[in-house]
Amino acid sequence: MLAVECSNVTVRFLSERQAVTALSDVSIGVEEGSFLTLLGPSGCGKSTLLRVIADIVQPSGGSVRVLGGTADAARRERQIGFVFQDAALLPWRSVRDNVRLPLEVGGKRTLKPGSRTAEELLALVGLAGWEKALPHELSGGMRQRVSIARALLGGPRILLMDEPFGALDEITRDRLNEELLRIWRETGTTILFVTHSIHEAAFLGQNVLMLAARPGRVREIVPIDLPEPRSLAQRETPGFTRQAAHLRAVLETC
Amino acid sequence: MDAHAPHIEALDDDAAWRVAQRRLAWQRRLLPLVGAGSLLFVWWALIEFLHVKPFIAPSPVVVLTTLIAKFPMLMDNLRPTAIEALCGFVLGNVAAIATATVFVHRKIVEQAFFPVAVLINSIPIVAKAPILVLLLGNGLSPKIAIAGIICFFPTLVNMVRGLESVSPQAMELMHVLSASKSEVFFKLRLQTSLPFLFSSLKIAASTATVGAIVGEWIGSQEGIGALIIQATYNFDAALLYATVLCGSFFSVSFFLVIRLIERAVVRWDAAAA
Ligand SMILES: Nc1ncnc2c1ncn2[C@@H]1O[C@H](COP(=O)(O)OP(=O)(O)O)[C@@H](O)[C@H]1O
Ligand SMILES: [Mg+2]
Repeated sequence: MLAVECSNVTVRFLSERQAVTALSDVSIGVEEGSFLTLLGPSGCGKSTLLRVIADIVQPSGGSVRVLGGTADAARRERQIGFVFQDAALLPWRSVRDNVRLPLEVGGKRTLKPGSRTAEELLALVGLAGWEKALPHELSGGMRQRVSIARALLGGPRILLMDEPFGALDEITRDRLNEELLRIWRETGTTILFVTHSIHEAAFLGQNVLMLAARPGRVREIVPIDLPEPRSLAQRETPGFTRQAAHLRAVLETC
Repeated sequence: MDAHAPHIEALDDDAAWRVAQRRLAWQRRLLPLVGAGSLLFVWWALIEFLHVKPFIAPSPVVVLTTLIAKFPMLMDNLRPTAIEALCGFVLGNVAAIATATVFVHRKIVEQAFFPVAVLINSIPIVAKAPILVLLLGNGLSPKIAIAGIICFFPTLVNMVRGLESVSPQAMELMHVLSASKSEVFFKLRLQTSLPFLFSSLKIAASTATVGAIVGEWIGSQEGIGALIIQATYNFDAALLYATVLCGSFFSVSFFLVIRLIERAVVRWDAAAA
């Protein structure tokens, strides 16, 4: 089954002075359990596409199916986890209470039997022992780990990540990239990951969806052929370098 | 030379640094007292050597003896002022928070009345108070009303800004979690607004006192405001100064209590902690 299916999705924003076509006629299908990265120049509609899938933005045309139903139903069923660029933690809540926020709103007070608890998720993202800390006591990378744990609470089948590591230094970003792949393998979640780093897109994605700007549209879907499981060392191999170079060449035409 | 020497030296530096820090901390605490003390001395010396008449400006010694001699009478007058200020503070701020909540949920009401509130808020208290005194008349409750109305506008303006300063990403997060409007309010907006609320509550602590005092200026028999007027008309400068000291003491304590509550409640905000 397709986790996400967009058919001819068009999104227009009407601001006071002009109308912006953020997405024009976008059609994609994302296999369940796969890892798709979205790459493109800024303003090409990457965030908008994730927001359409998460039912934050309504498309002006076309249709979106999520797990065979509407985006609205998937959101209400908590099938979608969203990770924002700036972590969006609530600063007055401890790390544990931030991760447990999804259980306090939206009428979902209990976890499905068998799904991971907040403590287990914090251990999964490498933050065991930090449950009581407040967000301002954490580094940027740790805050982003908390927000990943929060997005995973309740076991969503789709994880949407909008430049989650964009504001982090390269060392932290590399480490989190590797850990994200491990989390993806352990949870089997479908991941859509927006980035504007060519290396990140090639290292994480099984496929890279390349978008072109003005108006935002699909430029190309590039499959990445690397041996699994991937490791950071592979980024030095000729195969990786060649595929990154190809992405760069396509990106220049976007 | 032994290999450990630099390490030991570093420890010594550490200890010296800590001693220096402690001295600086004491300096910060003591110097304001020294400054206040020397100003008091200059005040006393000017009055003493220039032979200033006591009804124009009293010497600090006379103010202190008056304060001690008339302490029970001063406290009897502070009590009604304190009650008016506290009640006005509570009523005015509760009303402001409630109104801000309505504004945030009913945009049309906000668009109609928020600019008016901002405008009224920009009128100085000293100009607002006499209008309210004329409007509301004598007795205890008009003074509470004055103190309350004076607190109301700054808190309303700040609270609306605070409730609306929620980050767009946090709002999108709440949407993804299918949170209801009241969940967004109680889990997100309210906490986001607290630093804004406290900064206006700290101002309100002193403006409520000013409101109560100004309210007592016209046709009142007791209270700090009435005492200020009586002392001025009787050229009793020592009593006037002692009265003003009592009023200031109350308003500073009121401010400090709010500050303490803020510290206990808003622990996540680096600027407030
Ligand atoms: N809420 C909005 N209102 C108006 N225009 C918007 C809004 N969100 C995005 N846009 C516009 O849509 C286009 C695509 O934006 P976005 O999806 O954020 O791009 P990306 O994430 O790829 O940088 C941009 O031109 C942006 O200005
Ligand atoms: Mg974006």
